[in-house]
Amino acid sequence: MDETVAEYIRRTVLKIPRDEIKTMLQKWGFLSEMQLQTVNFHQLKENISQDVVQLCEENSADIKQAAVLDIIYNHIYPNKRMWSVYQMNKTGEEIEFFDFTDFKKKFKRRLRSALKNVTINFREYEDNAIWIRIAWGTPYTKPNQYKTSYVVYHSQTPYVFLSASVLRSNLPLLCQALVVASNYHDIREVELRSHSLNSLKDIVFKRYSQNFQTYCPRPLSERKVAPESADVRIIQENRNEKERIQRVNREVFGDGPQPKLEFAQYKLETMFKSDPKMDVMYKKEPFRCLVKFSSPHLLESLKSLAPVGMADAPLSPLLTCIPHKARNYFKIREKKGFFPESFVSP
Amino acid sequence: HLATSLPLPSERDHLRPRIDLIAFMIDIKSKYSLKNVEASLAYVDASFFLGKVCFLVTGVGRVNYCSVEMNAIWKLGEVYRSPVLFCELELEGVRVATAQRLLRMLQICAGHVPGVSALSFGSLMRNSADD
Repeated sequence: MDETVAEYIRRTVLKIPRDEIKTMLQKWGFLSEMQLQTVNFHQLKENISQDVVQLCEENSADIKQAAVLDIIYNHIYPNKRMWSVYQMNKTGEEIEFFDFTDFKKKFKRRLRSALKNVTINFREYEDNAIWIRIAWGTPYTKPNQYKTSYVVYHSQTPYVFLSASVLRSNLPLLCQALVVASNYHDIREVELRSHSLNSLKDIVFKRYSQNFQTYCPRPLSERKVAPESADVRIIQENRNEKERIQRVNREVFGDGPQPKLEFAQYKLETMFKSDPKMDVMYKKEPFRCLVKFSSPHLLESLKSLAPVGMADAPLSPLLTCIPHKARNYFKIREKKGFFPESFVSP
Repeated sequence: HLATSLPLPSERDHLRPRIDLIAFMIDIKSKYSLKNVEASLAYVDASFFLGKVCFLVTGVGRVNYCSVEMNAIWKLGEVYRSPVLFCELELEGVRVATAQRLLRMLQICAGHVPGVSALSFGSLMRNSADD
């Protein structure tokens, strides 16, 4: 077995939490159940990985099998990578039956015609998700297994989720191969990025709980705000306001859990508005500024801002539109007209 | 009675007893809370500022998250001639001690402590703060 393959397998096993190693190796299926019985999974991880490499040596593992283990690891722990979203467009209404073998063939052929040194692996999952792992090399060097890109393509949708983590120079090639293989016309990047792959899918496939316009304008009497304390000696003067905030929040965010995003970025190219006497900007140029909101769970924290009293309800639509518009990167320019700011999609 | 801002909603006027002490809570981590308090102060009758108002600044345990400047708070206490108390609500000991202080102040403001009026107590607190 190639030394680089052995090292790669060893490092991949080391990444897995100790309690999960056995299950993941079983999912991998490369080592037999009998072989797995011989490994002590309670010893130090360094020793476990050495034992596993030894067994792989017996089975003469090659890079293709090692890559499958890597895919399995990334499928179970996708949140270690940063994912971006791409959308493909098709001219015309032809609904073609998706042929996985054809897709694989076209993809490999297109990619290899431009760059011979790539390792490509595919794995299909039950939810129609196709995972593609690509290890990139250069025209003169073998593929670097540690410089990988991951593509998750849901064949029934025009959406592709990409985790590049490599030089941007390979990106156009990858996009081209995807478009050709899936019989689409072109592809564009959606301004949406996050570590949580499932949340990105929730936003783009509209799987999160959305607000619906309530037909009844008055709040339903069953939905009373839970009293903050059972002590009757504490009297809330602003109960009506608190209930209004809860209602508005529910209308905007819905009842269920929010998709998990880590940040929202707003690039402002608006005019600086100040007291004319202050004379700060003598040039009539837009004031360029970047505003970034970060949080372990941005949408949940936005949802709790008004109820904890840190902001007025309803929140600015610039913040609340994030899941509906499926984007967390915005560019705001001056609008010539009534309102001082507007959305401009790049 | 807890309120998020002043003025108080008028629909509850008939249910409200006499107000003896107003404690304005400012979260040192939130500029919004300071703005809210400043706006609400405009709705307080002048007679309250004779010892029946105090400022309670919370969140002082987390120094890294201070968003409101101390100067602004001292100035507030000066301008409105009212004491400023500091506490950290997350620590039970401090919370209980602060509650006891406020309760004592309330007793004085409500006239339950003979010989001590709200005004005299207020000036007492102010003099000791200047030291």
